[in-house]
Amino acid sequence: MEGIQKVDLTNVKPYGDTLNDGMVQMSFTLPVPYGDEASEAAKQLVSKMGFDEPAVVYSKDLGVGYTYFVMYGKCTHTVDYTTIEVPKVDIEFMDRHQVEDYIKENIKRDVVIVGACTGTDAHTVGIDAIMNMKGFDGNYGLERYNGIEAINLGSQVPNEELIAKAIEFKADAILVSQVVTQKDVHIANLTQLVEMMEAEGLRDKMILVCGGPRISHELAQELGYDAGFGSGSFANHVATFVVKQIVERNLI
Amino acid sequence: MESKLNLNQGLIDSARSAAKNIAENVQQFIDKNTTVTVERTVARLMGVDGVDEIDKPLPNVLVDNIKEGGGLSRGVAFWIGNAMVNTGLTPQEIAEKVSAGEIDITKLPIADEKKIMDAVYETAKMMVERIKNNRAKREDYLNTIGEGQKPYLYVIVATGNIYEDVLQAQAAARQGADVIAVIRTTAQSLLDYVPYGPTTEGFGGTFATQENFRIMRRALDEVGEEIGRYIRLCNYCSGLCMPEIAAMGAMERLDVMLNDALYGILFRDINMQRTLVDQYFSRIINGFAGIIINTGEDNYLTTADAVEEAHTVLASQLINEQFALKAGIPEEQMGLGHAFEMNPTLENGFLYELAQAQMAREIFPKAPLKYMPPTKFMTGNIFRGHLQDALFNFISIWTHQGIQLLGMPTEAIHTPHLQDRMLSIENAQYIFNNARNIGDEVEFKKDGMIQKRAQEVLAKAESLLKDIETEGIFDTIEKGKFGGVKRSFTGGKGLAGVVEKDEKYFNPFIDLMLGGVK
Repeated sequence: MEGIQKVDLTNVKPYGDTLNDGMVQMSFTLPVPYGDEASEAAKQLVSKMGFDEPAVVYSKDLGVGYTYFVMYGKCTHTVDYTTIEVPKVDIEFMDRHQVEDYIKENIKRDVVIVGACTGTDAHTVGIDAIMNMKGFDGNYGLERYNGIEAINLGSQVPNEELIAKAIEFKADAILVSQVVTQKDVHIANLTQLVEMMEAEGLRDKMILVCGGPRISHELAQELGYDAGFGSGSFANHVATFVVKQIVERNLI
Repeated sequence: MESKLNLNQGLIDSARSAAKNIAENVQQFIDKNTTVTVERTVARLMGVDGVDEIDKPLPNVLVDNIKEGGGLSRGVAFWIGNAMVNTGLTPQEIAEKVSAGEIDITKLPIADEKKIMDAVYETAKMMVERIKNNRAKREDYLNTIGEGQKPYLYVIVATGNIYEDVLQAQAAARQGADVIAVIRTTAQSLLDYVPYGPTTEGFGGTFATQENFRIMRRALDEVGEEIGRYIRLCNYCSGLCMPEIAAMGAMERLDVMLNDALYGILFRDINMQRTLVDQYFSRIINGFAGIIINTGEDNYLTTADAVEEAHTVLASQLINEQFALKAGIPEEQMGLGHAFEMNPTLENGFLYELAQAQMAREIFPKAPLKYMPPTKFMTGNIFRGHLQDALFNFISIWTHQGIQLLGMPTEAIHTPHLQDRMLSIENAQYIFNNARNIGDEVEFKKDGMIQKRAQEVLAKAESLLKDIETEGIFDTIEKGKFGGVKRSFTGGKGLAGVVEKDEKYFNPFIDLMLGGVK
């Protein structure tokens, strides 16, 4: 279209209502008392973050000498979109029926998947969404899949116990869910599991997958997992990855 | 209250009577048994506190000593009383000597029974008096500085550091919160002891310790006096130490306790025998201390579907009510739980939520119902989340809920930031004020979607309760009928801590506290 600027993918910045206006909305709290000085402090801080024309559009006294701000600013930085590479679970995902057929044709036995929320984590919402019959948001969980034996060990499972159960059930894959990430407790916990599996000589014999709202595939691989699944992942994504790995790594 | 839902009173009565029989059957089991934490609670209530050189709490040291001596089926009170008569020491001094290895409590000569009883009851009555005074102090505050309107605004703090929690709690109170819950660190429910002293480290929450209770109580009284509104303090009376937490809460004037009869079994895999015995004594204490209990039915809906399994929530509320009555908790202290957990994409989901909330209101007219916010379908889209919370608040004011656990727009992202709480309080205050009397003005269409939905849920709950009445609660849980979670009678954590009472067992606090102030 005439008169409309084309996006320069080598110099991308936020879009408010005009290309390259750089508009960003943000909100945060400063530990200073409500007033003009607080707003000025917020503006100076936002300038230092790299925003032009910082504007406090709303501020509120939080009651303990702290102030909350809603702000806008024009971002001065850009990124080159054309050079970006993000590690992902790079496979074509199958739906439930395709996974079931794939198992029948290529593996020809039941695939055993053991899952748990490990360590102190008591939040089963993630592992339940992937494993339980009902699944989540219309996507059935692994328990529903023909050809998959899904064993959900629940919450607060110690790594030792998870490994013991995986051996007992002759698991092909282990799924670990970590929801609580305060003070990076999940990193230590996930790392410990990998180390214990290596010590037991199990790491190469099983597929190891982790998931949770703060987990990326990149983080998972750094920690020594085969894959990581973040928010928006469903059972068929995890299942596709597991069954294809079984075939690829010849763990049939 | 006139029914807006045209509920069949006969069905309600039938469901309630089935729940009563279910509780009755379990009570026979409960009355025959005690547990290590029940006995540690008795020790605490008799004045035993503190830790040994490896941070093991003295109530644990004492109870372990009695257990090793084979005396637990007689009850801790007996052994402490006997030691008091023998040595002339206080229960605390006795526990210290047991810890130092100077006394092996079950090996002392058995004194005259009347003397033992006198010593025990004299000590026990002092604690009962202290708890009674706490209750009076709360009532005094409510009569002088007053309280917020219902639904009470309930927010959580969860920094892991009790001093940081204090800052956030005081900020929330100034912004309008009525109840502050200090979330516990994630693993505490599975500890078979209660940690000691002030704590500054925790994951996803702060350790429940008696000292932390004291610190937060003082901070909330301070801010409450300043703003002219009593601020209630809430903690978690669940896990392997239910009655001990109740005792600590009673001593430090907590006002609200999460305290479900079945939650630990289903969601923390604690053995069912253990939890059922523990919940009974914990509820006797909560009842006597004037503490509002909150039950955990909302949790069913995080594992099961809120539309299909709505009747299990009502069934559990009715069972929780009967267990609470057995422990002497009046209806006014029963914060029965439920939650706003339907999929937001469901057509007319709001109407079903409204039906469920109004139904709970009508079936439990005096209970300060605890309404839990959306969590399962919170996505990280904080803007939609704020709207979901607004609809949740709207139903609450419409149906006169008692305690509103405020949803946070940042649910599913992190434990609340300081401003998240402010935004949520503002959301609730706006809607509560703007629609204050909507429930008094609007009625529901006869045989319309809302009435029919409530009637259907009630009918299914009644039929489930009748099944449970026949099968018994233990079998029902073994079959996974609550929250879709299966637990076995002898599985789970803490079974080793259950002990059958002998014929001379006694617990002075059941006698002194059951049924409220005498």
